[in-house]
Parts: sequence; structure tokens; C-alpha cells
Amino acid sequence: MGTLLFASFFSSPLWYYLLAIIAAALLIGFMLVSAIFSVWLERKVAGRIQDRLGPTRVGGKFGWLQTLADGMKLLVKEDIIPASADQMLFRVGPYIALAGSFTAFLALPFGNMLVGLDLNIAILFMLAVMSSEVFGIILIGYGSGSKWALFGGMREAAQMVSYEIPMAITVLVPVIVAGSMNLNEITLQQRGIWNWYLFHDPFTFCAFWTYFTCAMASCKRAPFDLAEAESELVAGFHTEYSGFRWLVIFMAEYGSMFAVSGIAAIMFLGGWSLGLPWELTDVFAGITGNATAGLWIGNLLNMVVFIGKCWFLVFVMMWVRWTLPRLRIDQVMMTCLKYLLPISCFLLIGVATWQLVLPPSVRTIAQLAIFGLTMLGLVLAILKLLATAKDVPGTGMPSMWQMTNVTGYQGAKQ
Amino acid sequence: MSPFTNLEPFLFWTIACITGGCAIACVVTHNIVRSATWLLFALAGTSGIFFLLGADLVGAIQLLVYVGGTMILVVFGVMLTAQGPFISMRTSSGEWAVSVAAGLLLLSVLSVAISKIGKPTPPSGSTVAQYAPKTTLAEGMTKEGETNEVASKSPYSMAIGQGFLGVGVGPAHKETVNGKETVVRASYLLPFEIVSVHLLVALIGAAYLARAKRRKEAAV
Repeated sequence: MGTLLFASFFSSPLWYYLLAIIAAALLIGFMLVSAIFSVWLERKVAGRIQDRLGPTRVGGKFGWLQTLADGMKLLVKEDIIPASADQMLFRVGPYIALAGSFTAFLALPFGNMLVGLDLNIAILFMLAVMSSEVFGIILIGYGSGSKWALFGGMREAAQMVSYEIPMAITVLVPVIVAGSMNLNEITLQQRGIWNWYLFHDPFTFCAFWTYFTCAMASCKRAPFDLAEAESELVAGFHTEYSGFRWLVIFMAEYGSMFAVSGIAAIMFLGGWSLGLPWELTDVFAGITGNATAGLWIGNLLNMVVFIGKCWFLVFVMMWVRWTLPRLRIDQVMMTCLKYLLPISCFLLIGVATWQLVLPPSVRTIAQLAIFGLTMLGLVLAILKLLATAKDVPGTGMPSMWQMTNVTGYQGAKQ
Repeated sequence: MSPFTNLEPFLFWTIACITGGCAIACVVTHNIVRSATWLLFALAGTSGIFFLLGADLVGAIQLLVYVGGTMILVVFGVMLTAQGPFISMRTSSGEWAVSVAAGLLLLSVLSVAISKIGKPTPPSGSTVAQYAPKTTLAEGMTKEGETNEVASKSPYSMAIGQGFLGVGVGPAHKETVNGKETVVRASYLLPFEIVSVHLLVALIGAAYLARAKRRKEAAV
């Protein structure tokens, strides 16, 4: 009787409800944990780049629990809604932004078929829901009833509407190569590091950098963070926010950073593949002789690899943010409309011609050449880094008159 | 029908009620930006219904085009028409009468159309868990003449897309062409084009709104 009930439960719609709730809870849980980790990482990276320590105390070493302490502080903060604000829009804005960012995670595969919703048009779905995040930002900016917030919101609207176009077009470049919009299938086609679409042809190689630039702009990250330019607009669109709603805005931002990095990893960097020419779930299914066990063990590793890749790309975004100065608003718009948009259109036409005209042998040679050159460049860069790491600068920074005599940061040694 | 025995009607009615409620709120609200927000929720709810039907592509396009479109509406509605912060629009009773008449006309047309279609036959064993079948772009781009076969294999987004492009995907009926009786399938190219003309109407409407304001200023 008990087993019968159990069996009927698994075939009943109630089971689907439960599965859906578990999947959604796992996804939102991951999104929050990822945001907590990213905020801590951001502070450590910023500290490192600005020659200071960043958080050090909370949670013992490296201050790794600092974000939890921050979160606690934000939760108990007074929740202020300005008298001039539109109550409803002010309240609802951050949740629209968070919903847009979270919904993108539904279609993002973390491993072989390890995805909330396996859609045939997953990439289009992700771009569509992420573009609705900006609506929340505009409502935040408008509903605050503050000029700074309104300026920030309008800048964000202009920026997002422009950068969406080259972003979508550059995503189409690997879609043309793959012949599918299903993220799971696109990843399965990129087994083996030399098959990653980054190396597929010169156009996909350029498309990756173009996409990543647009992705950074669409997440309002510096050097494109005009919407919250604190030197001019106090804090831009979220000037009037405090406490929990402010937390939600940042959760949305870090969530969409991870999501666009996920798209970059899947479309160009082999998704969850470690670079080996085999799919891990198949390998483990062969070893254990059990398809389900193989799927679980393989996907555990796949998930680690995929999240690692995404966090690395998020780290690159932070690295860029704390290295480059902020652009002016006209420069931001010019970068998109005069450079990124034509470049992306050229890449789209280029990759279509490449696929149609060139014979497969030439394409393979080009692919291997691009792969080889990239690897060579990577090795040379690492060697150079290791070589300069040995040159420990002396105590104190080099002074001005020393700098005039030598080029670069060699002054301290002399 | 208990929600625990059949998932889809329950989800459909939930989403439909939310969508309908948001649509009513959109019409009733005086504040233009709030109204646009309700419109956004209503459009997102519509795309939710598309996803429930398994028409992923239409749902995603609905989000991409209409959410983006609403955003533009807000930006332009605010930038071009606002004189002060948080403007509210008062509608006269005449405008109410015209819009109610237009709404009822549309409702009656839709009701007649829906009653003529008849009950659709869903694919066997349809649940949310058994989602849309796997069909890749490469598979869809087979030789000409085979496309219909692919479309019939995947009764979801591809059939709709092909119908919009003029490929016959509707129910077959006999028609006399050049004195010969042939079997014809309906395509939806014309309705699709008519719908797209609506966008032009919206554009002209936006321009009219912006112009009317400026003329008033000049008179003062």
C-alpha cells in the first residue's frame, strides 16, 4: 500500500509541483550565494588593485563572511521611501529587476541537461528576460522622484536599448556556427578545447570580445556604469534606496553578471566542458555502467567547471571595472553605435560567408591555427607575468624624478 | 477540477486571472507610468500563457518585443509628454464610451472567431513535464517540400513561424483555383502583416501625442 502510494505520487502532478519548487529554490539559492561570494570577491579585487587589503576581519581569514555582515546591516537598516517618490513604482522596481535577472537562470544549463527549463530557444529566452531587467531600473529611477535617480534611469535606458543590439547580434555568431539555439546542444558540440567556438574561426574569436564588452555594458559595470556615476549623480538610479530594496537591486546586478558570463561561457568557452574531448556524464556512465549514476557524478563535476568559468569571467569584469576609468555618456553611446554595432554586423555577415564559402578542410586548418596562436599567446603572457612577479619592488613607491629616467615601473629597483 | 489532478488548467487559470487583473488595472490607472507597469505585467502574463502552450519562441518574442516596446513607451511617454513629475491622465466620459465600444467590438470578433475554431486536439499525454520536442534549426532547414513534415512533427513554435511566413499550416479545406478543386491549407501571412501595421499606428499615435502638447504650449 505504502509503495503504491509512493509510486502514484511520483506520477501525479503534485510531484511536478514539488520538482518545480525544488528547482526554483535551488536556482534562487545559488543566485544569492553567488551574489554573496561575488560581492566579497569584488571588495577583495578592488582592494588588491588599489593597493589596500579589503575586508579582513569578519569570518576569520580574508574576511570571507564580510558580505553576510553587510547583509545583516542592510536588513536592519531603516527603510526609507522619500515623500516625493511614487510609492508603488518605488516598491515594485527592484523586484522587477530581480525577476528579470532570476528568470534568465531558468534556461541556463549548469551541466548536461542540468537545467531548469530545457528550451529549444534558450539563448533567445535569456536575452529576452534579461532585457526586461532594465525596465525595473527605469522604474527605480523614475519612481524615486529625484533628479539624480531620473538622470541615472534615463542614461540606463539609452545605454541598454543601444547595447542590446550588438549583444544579440554577437550571440548570433556562434548560433550560426552551431545551427541551434539550444544551450545544451551548443555545449555538447564544443567537446575538446580546440572545438570551443572561441577558436572556431576569426569571426567567433572577435565576437567573443565584442560580446563581452556589450555584456559588461548591459550589466552597467564600469567603464560603462554611467547610470550610477557617483562622481556626478551621487549614486545614480538607486540614490534614494536603502536597506533591503537596495540589497535586492544589487542581487539583480550580480545575478545578471553571472548570467551574461554564463552565456559567454556556453557560447564561446565550451560551457561545462573542461576541455577534454569526452562528455563527462557519458564517461562516468560507462565506468559505473549506470546511466543515472553517470549523469549525477558527471554533472557534479560539470557544474563545478561551469561555475568556475562563470566566476572567472565575473572576476574579469571586476578587474576591468577597477582598472579602467569611467567613460562619458557620449563616449559610451559612441562606442556602441559607431563601433560595436558595425563590428557586430560585420562579424555576423563574415561568419555566415565563412560557413558557406570555405571548404571544411580550410576551416579546420584555420581553427587549429587560431587555437595554437591563442595558446602560444597565453603561454607567453604567463611567462612574462611570472618573470615580472620576481621583480619585487623596493619599499615605498618610486618617486617622480626616478620615474622620469626610466620607463615603466622599474624605478624602485634603482 | 482539482488542481492536484490536472496541472495545466490550474496554471492557465492562475496566469490568466493575473493577466486579466493587470490589464484592467492598466486601463483604470490614471498615472501614465503606473499604467505602463501594469501593461508590462499583462504582457508578461500573456507570454507566460504562450510558454504554457509550449510555444517558446512566441513567448520569448512576446517578452523581447513587447517588454522592450513598453519600455520605449514609458521613456517616450515621460520624456515627450510630461510637464511635471508623476502626471496623471484624466479620461472624459466620451473617451470611455469610445474605448468601451471598441473593446466590446474586439471581444465579439474574438468570441465569434474562437467559437468557429472548435476544440483543439492536444498532443497525447501532454503535461508540462513533457515539453516541446527537440527540433534544431539545422533540422528545420531541410530541403524544400520537407519543411511541412518537420512542422507537423513539432506542432509548436515552428508551425506558427511558418504560418506567419506564408507556408500553409492551417486546417486543410477544398477550394476552387482556376476551375480546379484543390486542397489548400490556410497561412497567416496577411493577419501577421495587419498586426504589424498596428505598430505603425502606435508610432503615429505617439507622434500625435507629442505634437498636441507642443501646439498647446504655443497657444499659451
